[in-house]
Amino acid sequence: MGARCVRILGTLVIALALNGTGCKKAPETPAPTKAPATQTPAAPIKVGAIFAVTGPAANLGAPEQKTAEMFVEQINKEGGIAGHKVTLIVKDSGSVPGTALSLAKQLIDEEKVLAIIGPSTSGETMAIKDTCQEGKTILLSCAAAETIVNPLASYVFKTPQKDSDAARRIYETLKDMGITKVGVISSSDGFGNAGAAQLAKLAPEYGMTIAIAETYAATETDLTGVLTKLKGQDVKAVIDWTITPAQSLVAKNMKQIGLDVPLFQSHGFGNIKYVEAGGEAANGTIFPCGRLLVAEVLPGTHPQKQVLLKYKQDYESRYKEDASTFGGHAYDAILILREAIKKAGSVEPEKVRAAIETLQGVVGTGGVFNFTATDHNGLNKDAFEMLTVENGKFAVYTKK
Amino acid sequence: MNFPLIVQYGLSGITVGSIYAIVAVGFNIIYSTTGIINFAQGEFLIVGAMIAISLYQIVPLWLAIVLAVIVTTILGGLIEIVFLRPARDASVLRLIVITIGLSILIREAMLHIWDEKVHFLPYFTGTSTSTITIFGAHFSPQVLWVLGVSTVIVAGLTVFFRFTLLGRAMRACADDRMAACLCGINDRWMVTLSFMLSAGIGALAGCVISPVTQTQYDMGAPLAIKGFTVAILGGLGNSMAAVIAGLLLGLLEAFVVSQFASAYKEAVAIVVLLLVLVIRPTGLFVRREIGALRAA
Repeated sequence: MGARCVRILGTLVIALALNGTGCKKAPETPAPTKAPATQTPAAPIKVGAIFAVTGPAANLGAPEQKTAEMFVEQINKEGGIAGHKVTLIVKDSGSVPGTALSLAKQLIDEEKVLAIIGPSTSGETMAIKDTCQEGKTILLSCAAAETIVNPLASYVFKTPQKDSDAARRIYETLKDMGITKVGVISSSDGFGNAGAAQLAKLAPEYGMTIAIAETYAATETDLTGVLTKLKGQDVKAVIDWTITPAQSLVAKNMKQIGLDVPLFQSHGFGNIKYVEAGGEAANGTIFPCGRLLVAEVLPGTHPQKQVLLKYKQDYESRYKEDASTFGGHAYDAILILREAIKKAGSVEPEKVRAAIETLQGVVGTGGVFNFTATDHNGLNKDAFEMLTVENGKFAVYTKK
Repeated sequence: MNFPLIVQYGLSGITVGSIYAIVAVGFNIIYSTTGIINFAQGEFLIVGAMIAISLYQIVPLWLAIVLAVIVTTILGGLIEIVFLRPARDASVLRLIVITIGLSILIREAMLHIWDEKVHFLPYFTGTSTSTITIFGAHFSPQVLWVLGVSTVIVAGLTVFFRFTLLGRAMRACADDRMAACLCGINDRWMVTLSFMLSAGIGALAGCVISPVTQTQYDMGAPLAIKGFTVAILGGLGNSMAAVIAGLLLGLLEAFVVSQFASAYKEAVAIVVLLLVLVIRPTGLFVRREIGALRAA
């Protein structure tokens, strides 16, 4: 009996261990980053990264992880930053804020990293914001929520565009269309809650009436119930705010229950996978987004065009999948860190942190960054372009 | 609330309920034969759907689904032989715990074999915008596929368990394994067979709901929780009751959404499960005496 008991427990422990310790495509540190022990003029810079490589936000975290590894490899190939090679330590949070927190503590206390790139989602970022501030570790978040940089924490920055700016662009477009009565649905997670709050806050400024606001679980598999509720309120447009795969369901379910009004998505929609999953129903969806998805059709004089095309080509030729704006956020985070270290001429956290606050005109994938001591995002609403879906492809939205 | 809107909520409830029902049926097969609740049932669904999605790149949809069901059936058998058979004399509770471990293993394996992205099968009829209209309300034709396949599965299982020798042998094992052995039934193969059957049916269910729910490697557990709730609600081991219970829970959720903030919807299933466990642990559709006999 004893032996059997042990065997059963063993099976279980193995299973649990595999789940817990990030056997999930655990990203290896790229080999070239390890400088040979014989000649070390400058110690390598340790940079941590926490991405939602798995879990509901995997559509964000996976391209971020790939982008970070690719970019760090490029940096090291070019001789590192100011003579320092970069060692990237990537951790998978599984999209869970609690996990992100323990990983952050590990990176700060044990690995003693200079900076943390990520996490992918707003909920996870908020979970580690204070820890990074107290640990004097620079946090360059890849998540969107305004609350990450407002209230301000001196060590905390973020690269994606502000969600208030996304809300403003959506309302401007609605106003142009002559629509004032909208229904809002959002996923009940950090990103969804923050977006819904911004929409509610800015509605009076644009003369919008939110007839009904509802939330749904991030793992939802059918949304016809909640959309029926919106239909009952006779809304003239639907705004859905989420980064979860459920956003593909919204388009489908709206068509299926005959709710024929314009659908607006947040900037969390910027992944062609969601369009593919939505199929025919996704056509006509309008959403604010960074310019990565329409890089090819930007005018040649646009300041971002070169950066966007290079990132897109590098990513797509290396990973054989479409680049998404989320990967771009990780690119921007590392770019900003690189520029700040160069400018500071030092790898002391305090000096690098202060240097970020003085960076001006850094052209990234999300826009042109202009940081100040009070603006830790550095982007304004012009960083967004309104996009739409035509025949299953992203296109620039033009007023009809 | 006007009439078309009420019908619309009803249809929404049926859509969701049909998904719960088809998941619940898989739980019942293994329970009927072994008394085990297989917590890896949700993963069987996703494995089946994932295989079908991969095969659909090269073969027609129907063939992809048939092959996916066959492969998953074999997989179900192998899993039983490798992981559960060595612990065959352990208590039911321990076997259940093993299935929880299995669900995690399968989920992680899927992440490695496929990826973290959302996949989906095409709608069997029409596209993502097709609707059927009744009484001014609309629903997707795929819902009829889900309901139709659930009905066929339940009818098929009823015939199999009642009228075929193999089906009766499987039930005999559940009732009294010693007696079944004395009658010459190979009880170990019956258990293996039940895992194969429920894996195959899970795979079919996973394929049919894939256009509606989409398929992602970690979707199995939330689906299984709802399916489990429904199986308990209907009375474990009773597939017909599971379908009715599934539709009931779906409708209940839809009308809760209509009256309260939709955030409360998730609580409904849990509250229902708790109430049933406390007040009527044998399920809604099983007479108490029978439940008592089974428990003994």
